[in-house]
Amino acid sequence: MAALTKEETEALIQEVLEIYPEQARKDRAKHLAVNDQSLEKSNKCITSNRKSQPGVMTIRGCAYAGSKGVVWGPIKDMIHISHGPVGCGQYSRAGRRNYYVGTTGINTFGTMNFTSDFTEKDIVFGGDKKLAKIMTEIEQLFPLNKGISIQSECPIGLIGDDIEAVAKKANKEIGKPVVPVRCEGFRGVSQSLGHHIANDAIRDWVLENRDGDESFPTTPYDVAVIGDYNIGGDAWASRTLLEEMGLRVVAQWSGDGTIAEMEKTPKVKLNLIHCYRSMNYIARHMEEKYKIPWIEYNFFGPTKIAESLRKIAALFDETIQAGAEKVIAKYQAEYDAVIAKYKPRLQGKRVMLYVGGLRPRHVIGAYEDLGMEVVGTGYEFGHNDDYDRTIKEMGNATLIYDDVTGYEFEEFVKRVQPDLIGSGIKEKYIFQKMGIPFRQMHSWDYSGPYHGYDGFAIFARDMDMTLNNPCWKQVKVPWKTDDTSKVAVAAGA
Amino acid sequence: MPSVMLKKNAEGKLVFYVPKKDLEEVAETVEFDTPEKWGGEVLLSDGSKYYFEPIDGQPDFPVTLRAKRLDSGE
Ligand code: SF4
Repeated sequence: MAALTKEETEALIQEVLEIYPEQARKDRAKHLAVNDQSLEKSNKCITSNRKSQPGVMTIRGCAYAGSKGVVWGPIKDMIHISHGPVGCGQYSRAGRRNYYVGTTGINTFGTMNFTSDFTEKDIVFGGDKKLAKIMTEIEQLFPLNKGISIQSECPIGLIGDDIEAVAKKANKEIGKPVVPVRCEGFRGVSQSLGHHIANDAIRDWVLENRDGDESFPTTPYDVAVIGDYNIGGDAWASRTLLEEMGLRVVAQWSGDGTIAEMEKTPKVKLNLIHCYRSMNYIARHMEEKYKIPWIEYNFFGPTKIAESLRKIAALFDETIQAGAEKVIAKYQAEYDAVIAKYKPRLQGKRVMLYVGGLRPRHVIGAYEDLGMEVVGTGYEFGHNDDYDRTIKEMGNATLIYDDVTGYEFEEFVKRVQPDLIGSGIKEKYIFQKMGIPFRQMHSWDYSGPYHGYDGFAIFARDMDMTLNNPCWKQVKVPWKTDDTSKVAVAAGA
Repeated sequence: MPSVMLKKNAEGKLVFYVPKKDLEEVAETVEFDTPEKWGGEVLLSDGSKYYFEPIDGQPDFPVTLRAKRLDSGE
């Protein structure tokens, strides 16, 4: 199908909005836009980070998910207590595939679920005592933990427990960091505020721990990787490149990360930000307090990787700059082969994305390296600064949708007819049943890594494997059924 | 009176960031910007205007300062 023109895209948005009652239509209209590369600022065309409309299907998460699931959860040598009823933690347990090395249950705890398992009694009489007891138990059962974080679920804020006091007391008793995080699910409009709250908790309870302690030997090439959650091994595939060019990666935030790494981060020379949305806050804080500059980079696809490696190297001396060129040259044969193999199979295919933090804009380059085109993109919980960074990455007249509703997304897809959709688990089966190839782009559909040169090879293979899978020919999509069955469907509806 | 995080970008221009609003703008002009005095009215590239109490000497960027909003520019 040919690309839509600007007018057609605008008309499509209007058409989709039709179905809403007036108030909702007015509100949703602000979240849907046609990309215009000439704009410098996204707030001229799109509104974001607002409360979702009641009654629509949104796929957003809560602040607890942003803090426990995204920022804190991957810190592997700490125990993160999901403080409140059992469900919030159990239903999200290990779902993000943050890989780590270590022996789970002994010195690492990433895939385990620790919860205070609130019941009625705790709601009525308060849960502080229980929390204190849990922490003593944790110390007995898992003595190799390096600290505890308390991730508040909704009820904690509602019943007014004083987790800060409990944390301070426990910290004295066990002599390890104990971090209370006020990330109750009802705060904010999405998981985004949870990221911010989690960043602030790191700032207040962790970052200063080694201020004034100069025992850690530093080098001029120390960097920290911030906002890489090591999904399917992403951070590892990134880290090797940085190390090969001569940098020393002191800390990984937070995929396969440790609390010690976080405490040492104020000693680095440069912070490298991959997921801007979830961790720009702490980077900005470190810039102000410790004068550590930060830059954003993108390790999806060879074009962006080379661009990023050079951008990072430019902030260091010639050895690193030469190192960056060496790395790019070293992998060239490898990624050229990947492109030679998959580009002919994927050329010209059109993709629609709808994901979280950084991917709606970061993966565009990787698709383009394979000759594919992203024709629609949107963020679950992006802010204006994310859309500012997206406008230039997307083609003119492409669709941009913020906090898209289930209905809107389906209608857009029906009309745009992309060859591939990249989104989350909640969208996956709907679109597969519609006969459209789909990749789960939050957890890489049980695959990965997708970062770095190694990741690009896997990314290309996965896209090909999904898109050119013969199974799609077997699925009879509703709009392609013959007339008789259409009548039958209509009669049955 | 929003708190504004200020830093200099690679081109030496002042970057203005208001965390609560995700406002990230480059400052077009700063009323007083000499080694002796800094502050006054700051005009952003989106047309909005802010006021900083002038101080003696340059602040140590990046820094968070309180600003008064003068004009939304819209
Ligand atoms: S909104 Fe509240 S109850 Fe629901 S998952 Fe989040 S913290 Fe738990």
